[in-house]
Amino acid sequence: MTGQTAGEGRPFIRIEGVTKKFGAFTAVDNVSLDIEKGEFFALLGGSGCGKTTLLRMLAGFETPTAGRVFIDGQDMTTVPPYDRPVNMMFQSYALFPHMTVEKNIGYGLKHEKISVAERQERVRSILDLVQLTPFAGRKPHQISGGQRQRVALARALVKQPKLLLLDEPLGALDKKLREHTQFELANIQYKLGITFVVVTHDQEEAMTLASRIAVMDKGVVRQIGTASGVYEFPNSKFVAGFIGSINMFEGRISGVADGLATVEVPELATSMKARADRPFATGSAITVAVRPEKISIARSAPPEGTPNVLAGVVQDLGYFGKDSLYRVKLDGGTILSVNSVNSRRGLEHERVAEWEDRVWLQFEPSSAILLQE
Amino acid sequence: MNRKPVFLYSCLCFGFAFFYVPILSMIFFSFNKSRLATVWGGFSIEWYGKLFANAQILKAALLSLEIALLSATLATILGTMAGLALSRFRRFRGRTLFSGFVTAPLIMPEVITGISMLMMFILMAEWIGWPGSRGFTTITLAHITFSMTYVTTVVQSRLSSMDVSIEEAAMDLGSRPWQVLKDITLPVISPAILSGWLLAFTISLDDVVISSFVSGPGTTTLPILIWSKVKLGVTPDINALAAIIVTVVAVCVAIAGVVMYRQEQRRERDVQMALRANN
Amino acid sequence: MASADTVSEAPDTAEPARRGGLSAWFNRNGWKQTVIAVPFTWLFLFFFIPFVIVIAMSIAVRTETSPPFSFVGEFPFVNTANTLRLFEDSLYIRAFLTSIWNASIATFLCLLIGYPMALGLTRVSKGWRNILLMLVVLPFWTSFLLRIYAWIGLMGANSWLNRLLTGIYNLVSPDAPLHHIQMMNTNFAVILVTVYCYLPFMVLPLYANLEKLDLTLNEAAMDLGSKPFQVFLDVTLPLSIPGIIAGGLLVFIPASGELVIPILVGTASDPMIGRVISDEFASARDWPMAATVAVALLVLLVGPTMLYNHFEARAQAAAEPKP
Repeated sequence: MTGQTAGEGRPFIRIEGVTKKFGAFTAVDNVSLDIEKGEFFALLGGSGCGKTTLLRMLAGFETPTAGRVFIDGQDMTTVPPYDRPVNMMFQSYALFPHMTVEKNIGYGLKHEKISVAERQERVRSILDLVQLTPFAGRKPHQISGGQRQRVALARALVKQPKLLLLDEPLGALDKKLREHTQFELANIQYKLGITFVVVTHDQEEAMTLASRIAVMDKGVVRQIGTASGVYEFPNSKFVAGFIGSINMFEGRISGVADGLATVEVPELATSMKARADRPFATGSAITVAVRPEKISIARSAPPEGTPNVLAGVVQDLGYFGKDSLYRVKLDGGTILSVNSVNSRRGLEHERVAEWEDRVWLQFEPSSAILLQE
Repeated sequence: MNRKPVFLYSCLCFGFAFFYVPILSMIFFSFNKSRLATVWGGFSIEWYGKLFANAQILKAALLSLEIALLSATLATILGTMAGLALSRFRRFRGRTLFSGFVTAPLIMPEVITGISMLMMFILMAEWIGWPGSRGFTTITLAHITFSMTYVTTVVQSRLSSMDVSIEEAAMDLGSRPWQVLKDITLPVISPAILSGWLLAFTISLDDVVISSFVSGPGTTTLPILIWSKVKLGVTPDINALAAIIVTVVAVCVAIAGVVMYRQEQRRERDVQMALRANN
Repeated sequence: MASADTVSEAPDTAEPARRGGLSAWFNRNGWKQTVIAVPFTWLFLFFFIPFVIVIAMSIAVRTETSPPFSFVGEFPFVNTANTLRLFEDSLYIRAFLTSIWNASIATFLCLLIGYPMALGLTRVSKGWRNILLMLVVLPFWTSFLLRIYAWIGLMGANSWLNRLLTGIYNLVSPDAPLHHIQMMNTNFAVILVTVYCYLPFMVLPLYANLEKLDLTLNEAAMDLGSKPFQVFLDVTLPLSIPGIIAGGLLVFIPASGELVIPILVGTASDPMIGRVISDEFASARDWPMAATVAVALLVLLVGPTMLYNHFEARAQAAAEPKP
């Protein structure tokens, strides 16, 4: 695993060989990972990958079947949720429907040994932070979805937890509001310096919010890295395919020279060149993966000798305004996705390529990813 | 979090003991040899034999069943109509009064229902000569009236939770209102109608207060008979009767439960398979 | 069909007319009137008219005729003597107080036993839950009379339960040993049997309410630092108030008008209101007085009923999805 722990001393959160079984089903399978203080960490994966179970073990709602959880150096494995310095923002927000916004936010402070004045002051300042002061007296059903989300956030933040857990924090918001809220969340995290762990199935959300992402599948962490790390340098076909879209070709290494690997791809009856950032054995099976936006598309053939040129016919195209997606049927029958930015203004007939046009595709060897598993 | 709520579980145990110890004790003493129903005098099933030889009890049971079948069926028809009217026709003249008619019998104390109906039957006999004598007819009429409102409540709640757009879809596809009712609405609410019928049937079979007011000499339903016997004290043949009734009901409920459980299992399996097919 | 007719009639009435028969008859909107009119007429005849008779009877005068009443022949046609008697004769006030007292205590005890049961039911596994719910409903399907009868057997002086309790009592206070504990024909017996008979009416609405509560709210409260019992006080209890009120009224309303239980296990010296109505009517043949007491009982129940309707309407509104 490629844990990039820049660790001096102990990490802030350490998950050590944690396994959680529900009957015969293993939700989380021997996961170990470290999270640093002040990080915005994302657990990314599809439904049932174990990300929520892992989060609930950090919150204390589930006890691991095996393994240990440390928070700030203390073993928290069996500590009940009400004794943990951890707060959670629930996916459904879980606002108390019978309490006002203010009561909801102040609820967690009831159990802290602080004066009434200090409690009121903290509620007031957090209401200010999330811009909900005018709605303090309303009940949850009298405010909008975005406001509810902010109440949930404020209610968890007011406790000044060492660790804030967010379960699909933007899942219930519509698209416009999501984009706005993403930046707001990142801002608040930056301002308060609290460690955030977010669970999401939405890669865009994970990539904009988090400083590091752990990609999970079937209870196992497949890769940990920064947003560009997991997007540009996936370590497996699963991660490459899960994050963004990608074209993949199965092939065999026929030689490595000057840091460039030559890969024979039988289905295209051609060879491709790809940068080899680690040693490969000649003759070993390999997958070449290229992101659609790394491929250029043109109506004329590139000069002789350009590497990685593929010819085909535009079978389908989708216009999205800022960019267009082409589906090109190569001469061998394989279909490739190509994403091209519409950098010039123009109507349909002025486009780079049209339906049924013969086109040439090209990508740089450094843009190709070589994947073994 | 993963702790078992021990206190709640003990409360459940206590509650069910409270529910079932009296019933089990009653069944236990039905096998008592002694004439004293509460002092154990050895095992015997003679009271069951005496029970089946008692023509009076059998006749009363038969009468109760007849009344219950007839009144439950009519109450279901009337109650379903009322449920349809209240949930599908948002506005019609007298709607408020109508919904009052439907809810009021539910909270009316049985004594008052019984007395008011008896007064009416007596006055009717006085003024128009019908009903000439009180008995089967008057009991059935009374039972229909107060059990139909239970059917209405059950049917109405099913109707209001039903997705109206499927009725609209049927209409959009060319069905006339009557066909929508027949093809869509009634099949969807049929479980509610069935449980409404069962409810009406049980209520009728169990009713003692209203029946004893509106019945006449000679028409003795089973509850009225038990009532008159229980007033005199505890006798072992009532224990035997109770044991039979509890066993029959328990078997019926258990069968219904198993059938429902199977259906739910099948439904869940289908959902699972559909989900897997999607993946 | 003549061409003039085709023009004057809307096209959609032409088609059902061609199909004819029953469906055409229903399609001409007649079915709507039928569906409303039939049950309406029935309830009008057999519920509303008797109800009006009782109201009218309460202002009538008792006579020795048959039927034993007549109306006041002159203005204002109202006999207020019955209503006055309601307040003058302590029998009625005592009966009302006994009824309210017994019903209140029974409701409270039902809540005390039923609430943890309902909450417990939401915490057991799904398979067990169905079985246990069935066990809650099962006594309801058996005979009401026989459930009372079961307790008559248990409370009698010679019963095993009575001997057991007497033994325990004598062990605890050996100074004045008892032969048996008098349970039958006491107010205690009325309350006990009322609780027994009406407990399912408390458990079921409470269960329905508690089962709908979002368990993540409990997790949220726990996450914010509340221990389990505090979570119950802060979240579960306030959110279950509609269920408590529904269950409470479903017990209180029938319990206050109860007739069978007080007659079988209660005392004649301290009657409940249902028995008073029945006695006035059947034994004393005083129809107007019976009707007056009945009307008074109904007036007494109007408050709780409106409360119930209010909360039901609110629960329904809350159940409907927000736009």
